[in-house]
Amino acid sequence: MAERKKVTVLDYGSGNVRSAVRALEAAGAEVTLSAKPDDILNCDGLFVPGVGAYAAVMQALNDVGAIRWIGRRIAGGRPVLGICVGHQIFFEEGVEHGVRTPGMGEWPGTVELLKAPVVPHMGWNTVTPPEGSKLFKGIENERFYFVHSYAVQEWNFDVAQPKMLPPQVTWSEHGVPFVAGVENGPLCALQFHPEKSGEAGAQLLRNWLETL
Amino acid sequence: MSVAIRVIPCLDVDNGRVVKGVNFEGLRDAGDPVELAKRYNAAGADEITFLDVTASSGNRETTYDVVAKTAEEIFIPLTVGGGVRAVEDVDRLLRAGADKASINTAAVDRPEVINEITRRFGSQVLVLSLDARRTNDPNVASGFEVTTHGGRTGTGRCAVAWAKEAAERGVGEILLNSIDADGTKDGFDLEMIRAVRAEVTVPLIASGGAGGPEHFPPAIAAGADAVLAASIFHFGPNDMIKQVKDAIREAGFPVR
Repeated sequence: MAERKKVTVLDYGSGNVRSAVRALEAAGAEVTLSAKPDDILNCDGLFVPGVGAYAAVMQALNDVGAIRWIGRRIAGGRPVLGICVGHQIFFEEGVEHGVRTPGMGEWPGTVELLKAPVVPHMGWNTVTPPEGSKLFKGIENERFYFVHSYAVQEWNFDVAQPKMLPPQVTWSEHGVPFVAGVENGPLCALQFHPEKSGEAGAQLLRNWLETL
Repeated sequence: MSVAIRVIPCLDVDNGRVVKGVNFEGLRDAGDPVELAKRYNAAGADEITFLDVTASSGNRETTYDVVAKTAEEIFIPLTVGGGVRAVEDVDRLLRAGADKASINTAAVDRPEVINEITRRFGSQVLVLSLDARRTNDPNVASGFEVTTHGGRTGTGRCAVAWAKEAAERGVGEILLNSIDADGTKDGFDLEMIRAVRAEVTVPLIASGGAGGPEHFPPAIAAGADAVLAASIFHFGPNDMIKQVKDAIREAGFPVR
């Protein structure tokens, strides 16, 4: 059997991280729950959970000093997977109740209230992954568990940027189309919760572990 | 495509054991909530809800233990209600492994607790459990009255107005349980679902009255985003979740 991949689940006081730890373990990873710089840097993959308000999540990440270390991982080409608000923070900014909070700005786009008749978007929805997606390999037609009120609904990546491969974007729809996932070299992020998405989610996590 | 209609089995848990009983073949320990949650998970449940009916708050430790054991085993959302009164209760449930908490009487008594909980953890963690019954009281505009203590105590408050207020205060969804329909097996209270749906934009979970798979599509047509039931799953055939989902799908609604 191949050696188990070492994954750090970033522990900064964000909701139910236990299920993320358990789901990653069940997918075959050796998991550490931590916010220590050493643990963030010295692992095969960093898992960034996130629930609650955008501003609160950015603040909490700042409070444990994690922004800098996440940035260093990305700069060094080391894998990172963001989930839910941990996905949203990699865009330029989040707008909640009229308040703009700068994100990490890895990708262009604003996280805004979903323009849908029923919000939060809660439940199992389909996704449309791009051709060649590694994360969705073999589970392209499955449903995944979403729970969120905000999302990136416009994607305007400048494909003319030199020396940058355009990210692979997965879309979903709730009232309007929105970004459900981004695969961008070492940095991947998902609006839904693979750790709560049953067997399909488990396969996605195994797919991610295989890329590490 | 769009988000699937969620089918949610509800387990009443008393001091660590499922009460009301169940009828699964080949289940050695029918009273173990962890085993049952696993069964329902394998049978295609979209979420699991535990309702802690333990009378003594001193025995809540057992509930946290059950939640933790369940969270080890299933990878779909788990909601826990019963005895949730304050931010600390939600914090403990989340730490034990619950994804959401549901609140009922405590929110009727002190609505501000909704703001306090959702400010801390976000709207998505809090479900308002609303037990409502029909009334002739002219002061209750919708004709549906909020009750507490499992439907035994009337409050004289309008259920539709309360649902609207709770959503404005921050609850992420509303579990609407019809006290009149509950246990009748005659179907959901469709008028009640329509009345609340017309006024709130958060997801609505219909509960109370399900007697067969044919009762579910009308509840969804009336505006429910999810359906919750207990005895039809506990006492029905082992494939009841599938039967319910088939009925919903045949009526033209998406299911997982």
